[in-house]
Amino acid sequence: MSKTIWVLVEIENGLPARSSLEVLGKAASLGRAEAIVLGSHAAEVASTLGEYGAEKVYAHSDPAYDTYLTLPAVDTISSLLKQHQPDLLILATTYDLRDIAARLNLRNNMGLITDATDLQFEGDTLKVTVPWGGETVVTATLPGQGAGIVLTRPKAFALERFEGKTAEVETLNVSLQASSQVIKVLERVDVESEGPALEDASVIVSGGRGLGKAENYHLVEELAAALGGAAGATRAIVDAGWLPYSYQVGQTGKTVKPTLYVAVGISGAIQHLAGMKSSKYIVAINKDEHAPIFSVADLGIIGDALTILPQLTEEVKKRKAQ
Amino acid sequence: MKIYVCIKQIPDPNTVVSKLDPATRRLVRSGVSLVLDPGDETTISAAIKLRDTIGNSELIAVSMGPSSAQEAMRRALAMGVDSAILVTDPALAGSDALGTARVLAAVLKKENADIIFCSTESTDGYTGMVPGGIAEFLGIPQLTFAREITVEGQRAVIKQVTQTGYRTVESPLPAVVTIASGSYEAIYPTMKGIMSAKKKPFTQLSLSDLGIDAAQVGEAGAREQVMTIGKVEARAAGQVLKDDGSAAQTIADFLQRYQLL
Repeated sequence: MSKTIWVLVEIENGLPARSSLEVLGKAASLGRAEAIVLGSHAAEVASTLGEYGAEKVYAHSDPAYDTYLTLPAVDTISSLLKQHQPDLLILATTYDLRDIAARLNLRNNMGLITDATDLQFEGDTLKVTVPWGGETVVTATLPGQGAGIVLTRPKAFALERFEGKTAEVETLNVSLQASSQVIKVLERVDVESEGPALEDASVIVSGGRGLGKAENYHLVEELAAALGGAAGATRAIVDAGWLPYSYQVGQTGKTVKPTLYVAVGISGAIQHLAGMKSSKYIVAINKDEHAPIFSVADLGIIGDALTILPQLTEEVKKRKAQ
Repeated sequence: MKIYVCIKQIPDPNTVVSKLDPATRRLVRSGVSLVLDPGDETTISAAIKLRDTIGNSELIAVSMGPSSAQEAMRRALAMGVDSAILVTDPALAGSDALGTARVLAAVLKKENADIIFCSTESTDGYTGMVPGGIAEFLGIPQLTFAREITVEGQRAVIKQVTQTGYRTVESPLPAVVTIASGSYEAIYPTMKGIMSAKKKPFTQLSLSDLGIDAAQVGEAGAREQVMTIGKVEARAAGQVLKDDGSAAQTIADFLQRYQLL
């Protein structure tokens, strides 16, 4: 029996979010993928989802979902769960979907696995792959009755196109309760940042506590600039106030997949590895030979970042000029 | 106002590579140094700042853990939290996010909280699912990834971190508020704080005090199951070298070889 898998598709600027489409394609590879789209542009977005793997779309066009966070979506999805029996929900890990997942899980007593990089069914058993730190991989399952939720790591799946395919769109007949319209968005502000965005950068140089103090972080920025890349940071130095949150690479910071990741003075806490482990090439510089970062580095240097960084920046500039 | 902060004692993330025990399929917590989750230090500091800004308010730390978690509670008290409640019970071992939320919510339900602070996620388990679970149990809104919070009467307004900047979001109180890392400077306990911590009220509760059925929490109540723990597919063998003064050249050679310059 083919499994029915639901994917909540987020809307960004009137278009389906790429992260949601990647998950939808994965769902289509596992069975019958059905999408749920909620928001003022739901109808337009719903009509495009067949080409991304959806066989059916539940759509509700209501601006309330855009203004009032989390609760209206949890109400609507919970009511859909009572009417239909999907086998699984897969959600991309984004700020809003995490909040929705946490409440859905509780309200419907579901079961929830986070940070998955892959999943498949073996007969009726769901097997979910969750990397742990640099050296371990866990498979987990949801043994209970009824649908569970899997939250997948950003960029875990490639975008799939199903040219010419269309989905059946069902417009939901839902009245949203006033009592769920309480978490209100008053304004949205996009902040311009200099240089390439971390998520799109092909080269990232990141710094951690091994740099010693905030005043040394410029060495990271200089190397990043010399390599034409972006500068990132660990949770530790963001927490210490050296840099704003937008620099943070890691589980709740940004997940990055650059071609080159240079980790400077970073020990390699699990959260940080979760955010950068899929980089194509990893170079690490750390004074501590036991730092976990060395378990994922292609080239690891045990040494003093403060000495090596300026030398490396010079060497990079020299060779690029040749 | 009655303000609460949920905290957790975890294996020190800076000295220990988190390990899973293949036999029990749980995080190894014994034989490792345990600390107050560093993320919670930021969150506690945010909560203290809000308590002091609102005035005439108290701040209570709540945690679920083994009895060793008392030390983490003491640190919170030393930072300036007014009192602490720890739920500890052998039946709680192996709890998943839903079970943890159930227990913390049961404590908070009795307390008439106005605001409940949590970190966005713990540094060890990092599911990030407990705060939303608590909010759902209590039937209250959640304001998440806050880098700033103000309270105006019975309403809270936050600046919420997003992928591209921030959103200003408000909700009525009571509410759960999660604090984004790096938003607040961590308060370091002073000697005076450490001494006064010893005299602050500290309550320890067990499951039976909360009227929770053991089958709903701990490993018994967990709805996720680890099947296997294995070594990850090795990346192409990496080299680790000691800097002999030529590290810059070695790295640059590597970059050139893979056309990264």
